[in-house]
Amino acid sequence: MAIEGLLWCIAALLGTAVAAVAGVRWTKTAKLVYAVSALASTLALGTAGWILVTDAGSAQALHLPIGLPWLGAHFRLDALAAAFLTVVNLGGATASLYGCGDGGHEREPGRVLPFFPAFLAGMNLVVLADDAFTFLFTWEFMSLTSWALVMAHHRQRGNAQAGYIYLLMASLGTLSLLLGFGLLAGPEGGYAFDAIRSARPASNIAAAVLALTLLGAGSKAGLVPLHVWLPLAHPAAPSHVSALMSGVMTKVAVYGFVRIVFDLMGPSVWWWGAVVLLFGGASAVLGVLHALMEHDLKRLLAYHTVENIGIIFIGLGLGLAFRANDMPGPAALATTAALFHVFNHSVFKSLLFFGSGAVLSATGHRDMEHLGGLIHSMPLTAFAFLIGSAAISALPPFNGFVSEWLTFQAILLSPQLPQWVLKFLVPAIGAALALSAALAAACFVKAFGITFLGRPRSSAAQNAGEVDAFSLSAMFALVVLCLAAGILPGYFIDALAPVVQLAVGEHLPQQGTLQWLTIVPISEGRSSYNGLLLFVLIAVAASLASYVIHRWAAHGIRRSAPWDCGFPDASPATQYTAGSFAQPIRRVFGTLVFHAREEIHMPAPGDLRPAQMQVHLRDRVLDAFYAPVAWVVGVTATGLNRLQFLTLRGYLTLVSGALVALLSILALWQ
Amino acid sequence: MLDALVQLGQLLLVLLLAPLLTGYVRKVKSRLLRREGPQIVQPYRDLLKLLRKEVVLAENASWLFRVAPYVIFATTWVAAALVPTFATGLAFSPAVDLIAIVALLGSARFMLALAGLDVGTSFGGIGSSREMMIASLAEPAMLMVAFTLSLLAGSTQLSTVSTYMQGSDVGLRVSLALSLVGLIMVAIAENARIPIDNPATHLELTMVHEAMILEYSGRHLAVIEAAASLKLLLYLSLILCLFVPWGVAIAGQDMSSYALALVIYVIKLVVGGFLLAVFETAVAKMRVFRVSDFLGVSLMLGLLAALLLFVSRGV
Repeated sequence: MAIEGLLWCIAALLGTAVAAVAGVRWTKTAKLVYAVSALASTLALGTAGWILVTDAGSAQALHLPIGLPWLGAHFRLDALAAAFLTVVNLGGATASLYGCGDGGHEREPGRVLPFFPAFLAGMNLVVLADDAFTFLFTWEFMSLTSWALVMAHHRQRGNAQAGYIYLLMASLGTLSLLLGFGLLAGPEGGYAFDAIRSARPASNIAAAVLALTLLGAGSKAGLVPLHVWLPLAHPAAPSHVSALMSGVMTKVAVYGFVRIVFDLMGPSVWWWGAVVLLFGGASAVLGVLHALMEHDLKRLLAYHTVENIGIIFIGLGLGLAFRANDMPGPAALATTAALFHVFNHSVFKSLLFFGSGAVLSATGHRDMEHLGGLIHSMPLTAFAFLIGSAAISALPPFNGFVSEWLTFQAILLSPQLPQWVLKFLVPAIGAALALSAALAAACFVKAFGITFLGRPRSSAAQNAGEVDAFSLSAMFALVVLCLAAGILPGYFIDALAPVVQLAVGEHLPQQGTLQWLTIVPISEGRSSYNGLLLFVLIAVAASLASYVIHRWAAHGIRRSAPWDCGFPDASPATQYTAGSFAQPIRRVFGTLVFHAREEIHMPAPGDLRPAQMQVHLRDRVLDAFYAPVAWVVGVTATGLNRLQFLTLRGYLTLVSGALVALLSILALWQ
Repeated sequence: MLDALVQLGQLLLVLLLAPLLTGYVRKVKSRLLRREGPQIVQPYRDLLKLLRKEVVLAENASWLFRVAPYVIFATTWVAAALVPTFATGLAFSPAVDLIAIVALLGSARFMLALAGLDVGTSFGGIGSSREMMIASLAEPAMLMVAFTLSLLAGSTQLSTVSTYMQGSDVGLRVSLALSLVGLIMVAIAENARIPIDNPATHLELTMVHEAMILEYSGRHLAVIEAAASLKLLLYLSLILCLFVPWGVAIAGQDMSSYALALVIYVIKLVVGGFLLAVFETAVAKMRVFRVSDFLGVSLMLGLLAALLLFVSRGV
């Protein structure tokens, strides 16, 4: 059975983790660990993908006598699990491939090698889990292994703090999920998912579970305002692990949300959709605005994860709203859009993190202000990063556009919703989505343009060289997928049909058989899109123009100094920087969102100090949500600190006082 | 078969008409300023001259700088060929809807902005940075207009929307008026016209589009100029086909009606181009940081139009 095969793959990964601990001093361990991880992930990817395409209607279950004695460990492979396992193992396989090359070299391999396969295994197990205990245990296992990977470079400035904040948020998330499952299981404690599914929670309990799930899964996925740990922790890890955390682990969090809210909780209420939409819209816009202000390449990518998670949650929120109003067709469209974006984001985000990792290992810099001109020394990496940038900016004919297009189509169906709140909310969310797509394009012009184009801004960037073949092949595998999912989206939508059927009880009409592979989500007169035709048309038009011009017009080229309106400056410092590129957008949006202020220190005439400009940004989410909590914790801790320094007599008084107080409360209670 | 013919005809038509429209607008503007101005066919001569010249390429320009013009031209050409100009029912129209056309123009802009950064000059950067700032407001505004129209017509397909707007059950709607104003504002910004940008300027710290293409020369510049003309034609055709759709030939009509539709289309272009020239002559260019106010208004108009529809539809 397929599920047994998958569990064997996971066992192989766990075995590799244990073996890596033993063999950490041996020089060949790294290659071996990544090779075995790549193999196991590829096998799991094949199995999950094959199940999804051929036999997704039926579910396979397996019960192992480990874990809690009266519960055991339940595993189940249905369409939803198969789809997310495909995403997880695709990311796992490419990250392992990347690790086989130079990207996997570490100064302290013992801090990465054992945890990498364990992290992969953990993510697989979360998706396969079929009872609350297994789910929570593997969820926490996934969190802790990824925390260990975040701490791999613990001596670098800021990483220890990132790890600490991550640990706090991860614990908070698991705690909320634990409480949520507790509420779902009810007083009898039916922790198997089957038991939860058949029990229908009361409406106030369901609302509490929704809130707890949003807190638990949302904090792991990086929904605003729970995202604060993400841009710190994801970039701190080695690059292929950053790719896994951003591209894949956030998807496991989305899986957790879908599994609990769409599958386990049963029928939904319309305002759930509104709440999810609000979180999604806020994440989409704030994520991309933060990314625009960021000059650290990896942190910029991490903020984009927040944006894309927002887009996914917009789709899911619409799906919930439609499902609650008994509109299965639109619900299927919205959910398909969300799930397709899950796949797409995992592909291009992994690709972009690999690219940033390649830049990091070639130059040693993550800060874009030290980069530039890498397209000359790293042409292949530059090409791959360019495709990834176009895909994440939702530009046709790549894959990011298709899922955003589907989301827009779902938004356009929402006037049929009867609730007034949704009627007002959805167009605003549509505007937020459009704004985030346009800002993402601006952000990736900055990310690609400052990093790869222009002139080198440091000697490291000047002397960079192309990365190894393993890293490149990992990137190019994903480039092919970005294009394939963009020009042949019909097949991908068809593969998601059983998953959507499971989530909302309806699926989109079959797309793969339509003429010319056009996708028609609702009806032909309403909307259609054909990425293949578009790609062919653009390619033909571009080659035709190029051929005609080179055949009949001039084809001479003369190299000379740049023109620059007659005043070219030889110093690379005169180029536009990431900061100056973002300045217009910072002025337009930043004053409102970040309270951005520019301070210019101009020395007096005759003074030889250089002029300085400083930009001050404030994160309002941090100010509004976290600063008060931190203040309360700080004040309480200072207050309680006195208890540490009591005399023995003082402690005894305290203990007896507490005992008396508790007993009297108990007496009053009864 | 007819669809394919019409499609092919339109591919060639937009390519041929685009420089003419640019030349015509320039001519009208000159006449309004009491200048003689260059002849209407001057843009063709410019293109031919540029095509014959060798390319002077900056020393550190990369492959992207040389590929970008063709990609920009191809995407803009494809997008322009898929907007119904004189006839609906184009063979390729099911491939792309209004949202996809907006995104296609986004692809072209993405490449252009990257090309601006490639040589690493300060002017290129200033152009790219400002272009993306303008686009970050103009593109959502355009999408909101697209939302409004699709909600009315029940379709995002341009042919369907255009046919719907020709029908009798449209009537006068506040949403339509708001989105027309919004769309015109976006079109002005996207085509780098006054008051956002001045297409006739060089060596000015306020230029946007011209700053990005400052390093281009020869055939590359010719291709980019052609793409810019195509974009102007595209936006004008889009406004015409959505808001002034009368006279567009419906698929399946006979040859004479196609010929008539073509004549009507050219007349509409003449009127539209004239209005654009008058508007450009009448207003002054704004400061760059006022542009966000201008485009913010168009975004709000678009959102308001869509909201009104969302609300009124459900009643």
